[in-house]
Amino acid sequence: MESNAIIRIEHLRKRFGDLQVLDNINLNIKKGEKLVILGPSGSGKSTLIRCINHLEKPTSGEIYIEGEQVTQKNWIRMSRDHMAMVFQQFNLYPHKTVLQNLTMAPVKLHKVPKKEAEASAMEYLERVGLANKADAYPQNLSGGQQQRVAIARALVTHPDIILFDEPTSALDPEMVNEVLDVMVQLSKEDITMICVTHEMGFARQVADRVIFLDSAKIVEEGTPEEVFTNPKSERTKAFFSKILH
Amino acid sequence: MLESLLDPWRWERSLQDFPDYLEGFGMTLRVTAAGWLIAMCIGILLGLISTKQNKALKAVSRIYIQFFQNTPITIQFFFFYVGVPAIIKQLFHMSKAYRLSKFVIGIFGVGLYHGAYIAEVIRSGIEAVPGGQKEAALSQGFTENQAMAYVILPQTLKMILPPLTSQTLALLKNTSTLAMVVGLDLMYYADKSVGYTGYFQGYLIAAAMYFAVCFPLAMLVKVFERNAARNPELKRKKKKSRGGGLI
Ligand SMILES: Nc1ncnc2c1ncn2[C@@H]1O[C@H](COP(=O)(O)OP(=O)(O)O)[C@@H](O)[C@H]1O
Ligand SMILES: [Mg+2]
Repeated sequence: MESNAIIRIEHLRKRFGDLQVLDNINLNIKKGEKLVILGPSGSGKSTLIRCINHLEKPTSGEIYIEGEQVTQKNWIRMSRDHMAMVFQQFNLYPHKTVLQNLTMAPVKLHKVPKKEAEASAMEYLERVGLANKADAYPQNLSGGQQQRVAIARALVTHPDIILFDEPTSALDPEMVNEVLDVMVQLSKEDITMICVTHEMGFARQVADRVIFLDSAKIVEEGTPEEVFTNPKSERTKAFFSKILH
Repeated sequence: MLESLLDPWRWERSLQDFPDYLEGFGMTLRVTAAGWLIAMCIGILLGLISTKQNKALKAVSRIYIQFFQNTPITIQFFFFYVGVPAIIKQLFHMSKAYRLSKFVIGIFGVGLYHGAYIAEVIRSGIEAVPGGQKEAALSQGFTENQAMAYVILPQTLKMILPPLTSQTLALLKNTSTLAMVVGLDLMYYADKSVGYTGYFQGYLIAAAMYFAVCFPLAMLVKVFERNAARNPELKRKKKKSRGGGLI
C-alpha cells in the first residue's frame, strides 16, 4: 500500500492565528487515483490542497510526494517536477497570449526549445478544443474557455498530480459542462487527480474515492456510492440533503 | 503693466542673456537625467522591499519614504549643501569642510526625494496585481524571483507608466528649487538676469523653456493612461457579447 502511494500526508495541521483550519489530517493517495474532496465552505478544503503543493506552509506534519518529503527547501522543485494546479479564478497570465501561457513554464523552467514547446502546447489546446484561440489574450475568452486553457496550461508540464480547487465555481452555469467534460476526459488517463468540487455528478462519475471535510477534519471517506447513499456522519447527511435536495 | 510686458526693448535686453539661460537649461536637463536614474534605483529597490516579508527591511523603507515625502525638498537640498559636508568633516576629522559639487547636490537632492515617491508608485503597482498571479507562477514551479520577473513586473509596468512619468515631470520642475540653494540651473540664471535687469520677461523666457519639455511629458502621461485603461475595456465589451463557448 505504502509503495504505490504517490502522496502521503501525515499528521498535517494548519492554523491561521487562533483558527485551526486543518487538524491532524492523515491521507494516502494512490498513483493514478481520482480523489474528490467535499465539504462545506470554510471546512479547510482549499487549505488542504494548497498545503499539498506548499502554497500554504503546514503548521506541523509531513507531506511526502513519491516518498520524498516536501520541505521549505525543495518545494519549488517538487511542484515543478510533480504537480500542477487549476484555480477557481483561472489565474491565466493576462499579459500573455493563450499560447504563451502554455509555453512559458516549459521554455523557462524545463528548457524545452520554443518550437517544440509551441507544438506541444498546440496539441493540448486541441485537446481542450481551443486551438483556434492560441493567439487570443485570456481576457477575450469566456470563463469556461479560460478555465480550459488553464487546464491545458497545467498539463503541458506533464505533471503526475493535478490539483483542482473548485474549477467550476466561478463559472456561469452554462459553461460548467464544457470544463467538466475536459476533466472527465482527463480522468481516463493515469494522472493522479485531486479535485475540490461541489459537482456531485462529476464526483460520482470519476472519483475512486471521496473524502468529506468538516471543521478541519476528515469526517467521511469512501467510494462515491458509499458516501452519497449511506453517509455515516450527521454533518455529511445534512450537507448532502442540501446539495442533492 | 501690459505695456511694459510687451515692450520690445525689455524683451531684447532679456534675450541678451539667452546664452546663460541655455547653459542653465543644460544643467537642468543633466540634473534631471542623472537625478531620475538615482530616483529610479532607489524607487525600485525600496518599492520591491516594501512588498517583501522581511520586517526590518520593510521598516527601513517605510521610514525613508515617510521622511523624504514629509519634509520640503528645499531643506533637503540645504542638508546636502551644509549638513553632509559637516558630517563628512566630523567623520574623517578633516580640517576643512569638503564641499559637494553643485551637480552632485542637485542629482542627489531630487533623486533621493523622488525616489521616495517612485518607491510608492512601484509598491502599489506590484500590489495591484492579484495574488492569484503569483500563486499560479509558484504552482508551476517558478521561484519567487522568477514570478516577479516573468509574471508580476510585466503586468505592473503598464499600470505604473503614467504615475512614473508624472514623477519624472515633477522631478524636472523640482530641479528649479536648486536655484535657491546652489544654483547654476535654468531658474538660477533666470533669477540672476531678472535681478540685474529688473524685467519680468526673464521669468517668462524660463517658463517657456520649462514648458517646452514638461508639456510633452504631460501628453505622454495621457497616452500611457489611455494605454493602461485599454485592456479592461476589452474585457467589458467581451462580457456583453459572450455566447455559448462550445468546444
Ligand atoms: N490566509 C488565510 N488567513 C487566515 N485565515 C484563512 C486563510 N485562508 C483561509 N483561512 C480560513 O481558513 C478556513 C478554511 O478556509 P479554506 O481552506 O479556504 O476553506 P474551504 O476551501 O473549504 O472553503 C476559513 O475559515 C478561512 O477563513
Ligand atoms: Mg475553497
